[in-house]
Amino acid sequence: MRAVSVEEAVAMIPAGASIMVGGFMGVGTPERLLDEVVRQSKSRLSLISNDAAVPGKGVGKLFDATLVSRLTASHIGLNPKVQQQMLANQIAVDLVPQGTFVERIRAGGCGLGGVLTPTGVGTSVAEGKRQIEVNGTTFLLETALRAQFALVHAFLADYLGNLTYALTARNFNPVMAMAADTVIVTAEHIVPVGVIAPDHVVTPAPLVDYLITNG
Amino acid sequence: MDGQTIIARRVARELHTGDLVNLGIGIPTLVANHVPPELKVFFQSENGLIGTGPIPEQGMAHPLLTDAGGRPISALPGACTFDSAMSFGLIRGGHVDVTVLGGLQVDAHGHLANWMIPGKMVPGMGGAMDLVSGAKRVIVAMQHAAKGKSKIVAKCTLPLTSTRPVSMVVTDMAVIAFPEGRATLLETAPGVSIAEVVAVTEAELVIPDTVSEMKL
Repeated sequence: MRAVSVEEAVAMIPAGASIMVGGFMGVGTPERLLDEVVRQSKSRLSLISNDAAVPGKGVGKLFDATLVSRLTASHIGLNPKVQQQMLANQIAVDLVPQGTFVERIRAGGCGLGGVLTPTGVGTSVAEGKRQIEVNGTTFLLETALRAQFALVHAFLADYLGNLTYALTARNFNPVMAMAADTVIVTAEHIVPVGVIAPDHVVTPAPLVDYLITNG
Repeated sequence: MDGQTIIARRVARELHTGDLVNLGIGIPTLVANHVPPELKVFFQSENGLIGTGPIPEQGMAHPLLTDAGGRPISALPGACTFDSAMSFGLIRGGHVDVTVLGGLQVDAHGHLANWMIPGKMVPGMGGAMDLVSGAKRVIVAMQHAAKGKSKIVAKCTLPLTSTRPVSMVVTDMAVIAFPEGRATLLETAPGVSIAEVVAVTEAELVIPDTVSEMKL
């Protein structure tokens, strides 16, 4: 892990990159990183995020600045800007059931090619996907999902990069921290090694590439 | 008693002490207000919490403790938090005893459509497809009709949420279940006759010899 400024971290992300961003309706989202992505105007992003939050909050800021060209998400219903940009064909949106979304990312981070899920069988979600029968039950083959960058928000990060999360801000963060080539983390508090007890570490330090230093 | 209260109170009677319960948005959320205090139910919020409590007092909200809509909530003693893989493992893995969801249409075989209206409303399915695929019991809580049109239809015209039939539908007029894959009238709301239910239901209803009145 290397501690870097937010400017330096975001400068590593090229335009057109694929990024995974943690958070659920803007809760547990690395806001400082997103503000800097907007400031550096990183365009044509391929965004993987559970939802589109709301305008002005979380990943919603990326849509306010029209920086996203492709979105993979489970729910966009609370961000009218995304709906408008989708209907105007400015962004391609791939809607994925939420449990499938997280398992595809988990698979991507765990070296699996994909997962078999009953969710979506017989619905429009199954179109174009392989169906596999196991012991008499039909499953969809859902392929693994990875990104070039994961932008993760933790509650505590120690000097080595061990992470722990708070309350419902954990959500997709620890799963995404496994599934990207480069993992960039913001934390509410940076603390000495040992403050997070070994049993309480959720994301082990070797997974973290860059920790954003305090402003 | 208004329609939504009838629905919420009747659904609450389906819950048992020890159940792990997931409530969808809209009418299902109201169910929590009608669970008697002696009933100890675990409510799950799919963004990563078991043990959701009421909306916090003014000024006591925590920005990192929210429901699936991003609104502040509280956590009850004994609550626990987890990531989204665990949350949907609970849902898809059959660990959730009951999910209560809103509906746009339910058909004569118990198929639910509740996630999009092509060309009009494309919000995404969120967790709905996983909940219908994996929860032990799926209860749909919705108005019987919208703008004079039955929401209990012969065949869903909207995109399905799952091909797995739901367990039960509770409306402001009736309780309908799907034994042997056919919509069957189990109960009517107070003051509503069987004939009135049949008249506003597009799907063909099986009417058993005894149809009781909803206990609220």
